Parts: sequence; structure tokens; C-alpha cells
Amino acid sequence: MLLSVHDLAVARGGVPVLEGLSFALAPGEALILRGPNGSGKTTLLRTVAGLQPPLAGRIDAASDAIAYAAHADGLKATLTVTENLTFWARVFGTGDIAPALAAFALADLADRPAGALSAGQKRRLGLARLLVTGRPVWALDEPTVSLDTAAVGLFADAVRAHLARGGAALIATHIDLGLEARHFDVAACKASPRAAAEDEAFL
Amino acid sequence: MIALLARDLRLAVRAGGGFGLGLAFFLIVTVLVPFGVGPETELLARIAPGILWIGALLACLLSLDRILALDWEDGSLDLLATAPLPLEALVSLKALAHWITTGLPLVLVAPALGVLLSLPAEGYLWILVSLALGTPALSVIGTFGAALTVGIKRGGLLLSLLVLPLYVPTLIFGAEAARRGAEGFSTATPLALLAGITFGTIALLPFASAAVLRINLR
Repeated sequence: MLLSVHDLAVARGGVPVLEGLSFALAPGEALILRGPNGSGKTTLLRTVAGLQPPLAGRIDAASDAIAYAAHADGLKATLTVTENLTFWARVFGTGDIAPALAAFALADLADRPAGALSAGQKRRLGLARLLVTGRPVWALDEPTVSLDTAAVGLFADAVRAHLARGGAALIATHIDLGLEARHFDVAACKASPRAAAEDEAFL
Repeated sequence: MIALLARDLRLAVRAGGGFGLGLAFFLIVTVLVPFGVGPETELLARIAPGILWIGALLACLLSLDRILALDWEDGSLDLLATAPLPLEALVSLKALAHWITTGLPLVLVAPALGVLLSLPAEGYLWILVSLALGTPALSVIGTFGAALTVGIKRGGLLLSLLVLPLYVPTLIFGAEAARRGAEGFSTATPLALLAGITFGTIALLPFASAAVLRINLR
């Protein structure tokens, strides 16, 4: 198992949003997180990525297993596409950015400052970062925002290739990516209001 | 780690990066002082070390909110926090990049500005030495303040209010060393205390900065 989650409870700003979450991801598997706005998908992904501690339960994954992609792409407007991507490749200790540029059709934009890209192009660059992290588990928060149909296709291909290489992906999304993946509705694990009253922050 | 430092330095010299902003501010403050206090060279010479130190301190303060806030706004701070780099190393590198782009130019230009304030010739060396020894502490303490206020929009003023009191010991011993040097006295004691503050903050504060950053990123 690349990632397994046991009876996890997560909180946003001290208020429990989800509890009793259990799932596991084996190499080659993808899990699509579903749920209405505000149901806790982002909080769950941030907790899995290690940005915030879980309220209860356990997350079993290697400390360097998870590559996280959020709503913000983490791009510097004054650096070019190549410079942005090379920076992340060096931070994660991987070398070649050419496959990542090719996978998201960014090769023609390589010398353009990231600030001059359209929203969809920025998104593609943000997703290309995942390929240079070299990490097996992708935790993606609405990765297809502002992508057109063709770019969504590129993204789905990249995820398929990643799964074929033995990776895994945890994706929160509202659209159908055409992936063969299990679906997980987080709304079923909504934390009961009682749990909020027991939280220390409110005592 | 080198990658992060190289990126920060490159960003600083690109458009809107703010390199030279602190330097220009420092220059203007020191040029304004003689207009304010009058052209008496004796008085200027006496207050020059203090003015140069306060000018350098305020110039440092000016760019503190860029250290972490920009990375927080565009989401790279979240991504860096999940990268293999420990947060302690991240904040240390951020402080180092801030010192190279802000503190170091101030150190190098201070003796030249000393001329404008009729600083005695023997004071040039000591203003250089005391600033070189003291400005790293300003960057490290400033990074701690930046980590404390990272999630707050327009947190620049709050950051200044938090950080300025923490700058007091550095200012006292730094300006004292420069003043004693300019007047021809021994500078050993204030310089030793200044070095103690600088090395102490470099050794300890990154842990505090990383801890508050972890809480602010939740």
C-alpha cells in the first residue's frame, strides 16, 4: 500500500468536518473524492499531505511519498516556465523537466514568463510540477479548474501514465476525468455536530 | 537548498522584486537627516553612527513582509512545506536571501553615507564592522516576524510593530560599537555582545520561525 488511512478525522479551523474516513491506495490505483462544496475535500487532502495534523486516526505513508497540488499553483510570475519547473525539480532532487513540459504541451511556452500565461496554461504548468517531484502518490485538489477539454485530456493521460508507472492518485474533482477509478463520497463521513462541542477550542 | 536561495535572489533582481528598495530608502533617510538637524558638522558627526544604524534598521524593516508573504499568496509556501526541505532550513535560507539582498548592500554603502553625515574617518571601519555583524540578526528576527504574520493580509504594519521591539538589543550594541569606534574608544565589549545576539538568533530563531510557520499553514 502506498497510502492507507484508518479511521481519520480532520478539522478545519478547530471544527471537525470529516470523521471515520478509511481508505487505501495500492500502486496503480486512483481514488476520486466527491462531495459538495465545503464538504471537507481540501481539508482531507491537506491533512493527507501533512500540512495539518489529523484530529484522530492514522495516515500511513512514507514521509516523502506525497506530492500535493492545491488551488494555487505556486508559480512565480517573473520567472519563465522553464525556470519555475527547474526550481521545483531541483527542490525535489530530480533532474529532467523535458518530459513534464511535453506531457502538458508546454514546450512552446518554455521561455515565456509565468505571469504572461493564461489561467489554463498556468494550471498546466502547476500540474507539470507533479511530474518533476518524482513522488508516487499525487494528492490533487480540483486539478482541472480552468482547463479546457483538450488540457483535461492531457491531464487524464498524465494520471494514467503515472498509475501505469506504479503511482497512485487521490483526486478531488467535480468533473468526469474518464479514469478507471474508485469513487469516494466524503459527504458520507460528515462529522457529527456533537464532535464540535467536544473540541477543546470551544471549551 | 541552493535552488531555493538561487530562486529568491533571482526573484529579487527581477521586475518588482524589491532589490535596491531598502538601499534607496537608506540613502534618502541619511540624506534627509542633515536637512532636519542643520549643517553643524560636529553635531552630525556625533549622531552619525546612530543615524546610520537606525536608517539600516528601518531599511531592513521595509522588505520584511516580502520574505514569506509572497510565497504564501501564490501557494508556493504550501508546496515548499511538503517538499523534502525541512521548514527550519527553509526559513534560514529565506533569512539568508533577505540578508544578501537587503542587509549586505546596506553594509557596503554605509561608510559612503557616513561621509554625508561627516562621520570621522576612523568610524568608517567600525560602522562597516558593526553593521556586517548586526544586520544578519535583523534578517533572522525579521523572518521570525514574517512567519508570525504570514497568513494575515496587509500584515506589514503588524509585522513592524512586532519586530521593532525585538530589534532594540541589536540596535543598542550595534550603534554603541560604531559610536565608540568613531570616537576612538575600544569596541570589544559591544561587538562581542552584538556577535552574541547575532549568533544566538541564527542558532535558535529558525526553530521558532519553523514552529509558528507550521501552525500558520494549517
